[in-house]
Amino acid sequence: MPRALPYLLLLPATLFLGVFFLYPFLNVAWDSITRGGEMTLANYQRMASHWKFSTAFWNTLFLAALVVPIQLAMALTMASIVTRLEKGRSSILYIFAIPLGISDLAAGLIWLAIFEQSGFLNSMLYGLGVIERPILFLSYQNPVVILIAIVLAEVWRATAIMMVILVAGMGLIPKEYGEAAEVFGASRWQRFIRVTLPMLKPSLQTALILRVILAFEVFAVVMALGGTQFPVLMSETYNWQFVMQDRGVAAAYAMVILGISIAFTLVILRLLHVPKEARI
Amino acid sequence: MTQAPDNPISHDAVRRAGRWVFATGVTVLVLWVLVPIWLLLANALSAPAEVTSFPRSWIPAFDTASLAFFFGYGGVLDALWNSVQVAVVTMILAIGLGAPAGYALSRFDFPGKEAFRFLVIMTRAFPLPLLALPLAVMFIRTGIDDTIIGLALVHATLALPFAVLITFSLFSGIPVELEEAAWTLGCTRFQAVTKVVLPLAAPGIAASAVFAFVISWNEVFAAAVLTIQNRTLTAFLLQSLDVSPLHLKFAGGAVLVIPALLFIFAVRKYLFAMWGIANR
Amino acid sequence: MKRILTLTALMAAALPLIPAAAQAEALFWSTQAKPVEESQAMREQVLAGFAGGVDYQGMDNGPWLTRIQAELQAGNGSIAVLGGLHGDLTGLEDGLMDLSTIDTSGIGEAMLALGALGTDQQLYLPWMQATYLMAANREALQYLPAGADLNALTYDQLIAWAAAVHEATGTPRFGFPAGPQGLRHRFFQGFLLPAYTGSTVTEFRSADAVEAWGVFGDLWAHTTPASTNYSFMQEPLLTGDVWIAFDHVARLADAFNQRPDDFVAFPAPAGPKGRAYMPVLAGLAVMKTAPDAAQSMALVEYMLRPETQIATLRATNFFPVKAVDMPADMPASVQAFAPAIATMTGAADALPALLPMGLGDKGGQFSQIYTDTFEQIILAGRPVQDVLDAQAEVLRALMVEAGAPCWAPDAPSDGPCPVN
Repeated sequence: MPRALPYLLLLPATLFLGVFFLYPFLNVAWDSITRGGEMTLANYQRMASHWKFSTAFWNTLFLAALVVPIQLAMALTMASIVTRLEKGRSSILYIFAIPLGISDLAAGLIWLAIFEQSGFLNSMLYGLGVIERPILFLSYQNPVVILIAIVLAEVWRATAIMMVILVAGMGLIPKEYGEAAEVFGASRWQRFIRVTLPMLKPSLQTALILRVILAFEVFAVVMALGGTQFPVLMSETYNWQFVMQDRGVAAAYAMVILGISIAFTLVILRLLHVPKEARI
Repeated sequence: MTQAPDNPISHDAVRRAGRWVFATGVTVLVLWVLVPIWLLLANALSAPAEVTSFPRSWIPAFDTASLAFFFGYGGVLDALWNSVQVAVVTMILAIGLGAPAGYALSRFDFPGKEAFRFLVIMTRAFPLPLLALPLAVMFIRTGIDDTIIGLALVHATLALPFAVLITFSLFSGIPVELEEAAWTLGCTRFQAVTKVVLPLAAPGIAASAVFAFVISWNEVFAAAVLTIQNRTLTAFLLQSLDVSPLHLKFAGGAVLVIPALLFIFAVRKYLFAMWGIANR
Repeated sequence: MKRILTLTALMAAALPLIPAAAQAEALFWSTQAKPVEESQAMREQVLAGFAGGVDYQGMDNGPWLTRIQAELQAGNGSIAVLGGLHGDLTGLEDGLMDLSTIDTSGIGEAMLALGALGTDQQLYLPWMQATYLMAANREALQYLPAGADLNALTYDQLIAWAAAVHEATGTPRFGFPAGPQGLRHRFFQGFLLPAYTGSTVTEFRSADAVEAWGVFGDLWAHTTPASTNYSFMQEPLLTGDVWIAFDHVARLADAFNQRPDDFVAFPAPAGPKGRAYMPVLAGLAVMKTAPDAAQSMALVEYMLRPETQIATLRATNFFPVKAVDMPADMPASVQAFAPAIATMTGAADALPALLPMGLGDKGGQFSQIYTDTFEQIILAGRPVQDVLDAQAEVLRALMVEAGAPCWAPDAPSDGPCPVN
């Protein structure tokens, strides 16, 4: 019985995902390797030979590489602040957690209103007398500005996810460890690096993996701010599935998203490996 | 506490400076989160002409016409109620299925453990819009199409990996010795979990439940495909917002964001409720 | 323990949420009238009169199509009537019922023929129509080049005008819907290319086509670079970011309705081969899986009644598909658009370009070719002839694959429409 216990505990979740994820997934995966009823790699060839594929692929990776480290740093800062605060802790945590409740479509809307030509940023600069006429930020000629806008919006929208996971993790680190380090004369920074971070590894792992995977599926915010000028894998998937109505190629794109997610998850698992003996 | 300051004055100055930096940091982060939300709400309360004027005002005219439009919009209250029901069922399913799995992963060593963890995460790495078609076919055939439960099943699939991972790292952070102590005091394995582990893990579980709720609340695509008469609020409003006039975009955005904010606000104390009695 | 019990209780409580499968209202599944106020107007002003009630759902293309495909695959569904553009409905041929029993008197033959979708059945019926127009802020009119007539502009005059506005205000203020949901491809298919080549497909890579793209490049120099974010031109017109714009009438309407005195509508410009323009046609179809075919047919018939057609015009800015007596109190947008459309379609040099026919589910890929061409030539700055040569191959392969014969303004062909 004890040996079977873990499997019994996993069983409900496994069955559930089998029906509601694995079954539809296999359907789509099958679409990606068939065309007109025959097994073929034509969908992948078609995807890879389309002129936007490599742009979309590298944009997606590049965006994740920019956004995720910033979010990690901010989430750690926010979580540390919340843990350290004595007064107003709940209120600050609540404020930090607010973007959690905001969908990516709504977030795209808000940030578009900030950056567009007659938007808030221009209104503010104009009001302060910094500029005489509104600047066009989101121009296809300024891909860097578009990129910055997307990064800001993504950081704003999706940092809370990591923060909440890290706050929960930090709450479970026994205070004695930090106090012991303090006794030995460790500075705040040293305590953070030597005690908090290592103890936080399991939560860090979770937070990073989830964030990276979701970053590869970024879509609505990019569409709102980048228009057609910042193709990402997800927007191309949409385009092939619903505009060009080619389910095979769309499925191939989805498999690519899955593929890079698997690769990066393995890397993170390896880098943040928590040996069994080291676990609390 | 035991540090021996050899120069108390400069040490005090450093402290004060440190506190000042800390306070500034907190303020900046709070503003970073709140200002975009304010812009959304302020514009939702502006008159249509004000929203398209330049420079834009940061203080609205408190014109509620745009918001009133949504409350007069046919079926908005039903949609709101549907959204709440779907989100609650999603929450229950995700935690009910996810927490046992998270517990098994953290407490037992068994063949296939890493593989399970990995596969669960990977279910999140595949674009939902493609899965919607096979799911919809399955739902129509089995008759759970257009039901609260049906949509909640899909949303729970999205939320389950989060629930498993978050509860896994939570349980990992709770020393197994506490459970063992409970066994020696005569508790069964089950009792030890419910009386010792769950109270300790409650804040994190609450956080992950909020997460499931929010995922469900903001999900558009599956909701649009899988519900007809029982539309959720997001499916009802959000997918048409990007093509609506600006003032309605903001008002609709606010209508969607406010309930989510209220919900996070309502459960905010669970994020901390057990803080004081945790294992320290 | 208690927790688990509560959980179970909640689960049990959740189960009765499965509703009874009562299907009283007819589900109208549409890609049109999607903006919230238009959906509201459809429900309250257009469909309220239908006995039994209608549940009108304006959807994004993605969920719209996914649901349709799912119902067809499952062989059982709840959608009563489909509403969509001609391009949305192509590709669904196998799933649609023949509607030839419905009275279509008063609807033009050419329009009805589109509804056959290349088969010998009436797979959709024309529902409402529109076209694309130009719109300008009245402030821009002072910069109109000398001798130019707003109602008979040429592309060269349009460029000169946009350049004058650019120079005078320091910012490019021509606007073009090149955003993710913008209808840019229709401009190339139905306006720019036919105006210069007299063709949409056959002359795709001709010298005339190279000239056309050169002309568009000149116009683009005075086009606001924010255009790649615009899907609907009414907003940038209202904010003043854009002074002169091209778009679908339904996507310009809000500007005219909010500030009727500030904007003018006028016909699309003319090129050497004429004043090419493309209609927009939305159709009504019934799926073979409709729960109550009689009810669906009744709803289609209801939508074609003159009074419903007028109510639809008010709600959506799409015009009736048959002759109706127009009341005087129409919205400002309709009052501005009707004369402009009449001028455009009645012009001596008018050159109507029809909607793509016989492409089946390749309609999206057909449009993508024009979008890709635009993005590569104008946005990425690649050599025009090279891009056209490469895309012409894609276009030819597509035409052969779909087996689609030419449609106007291209000359009729035996077999797939050739690409020279």
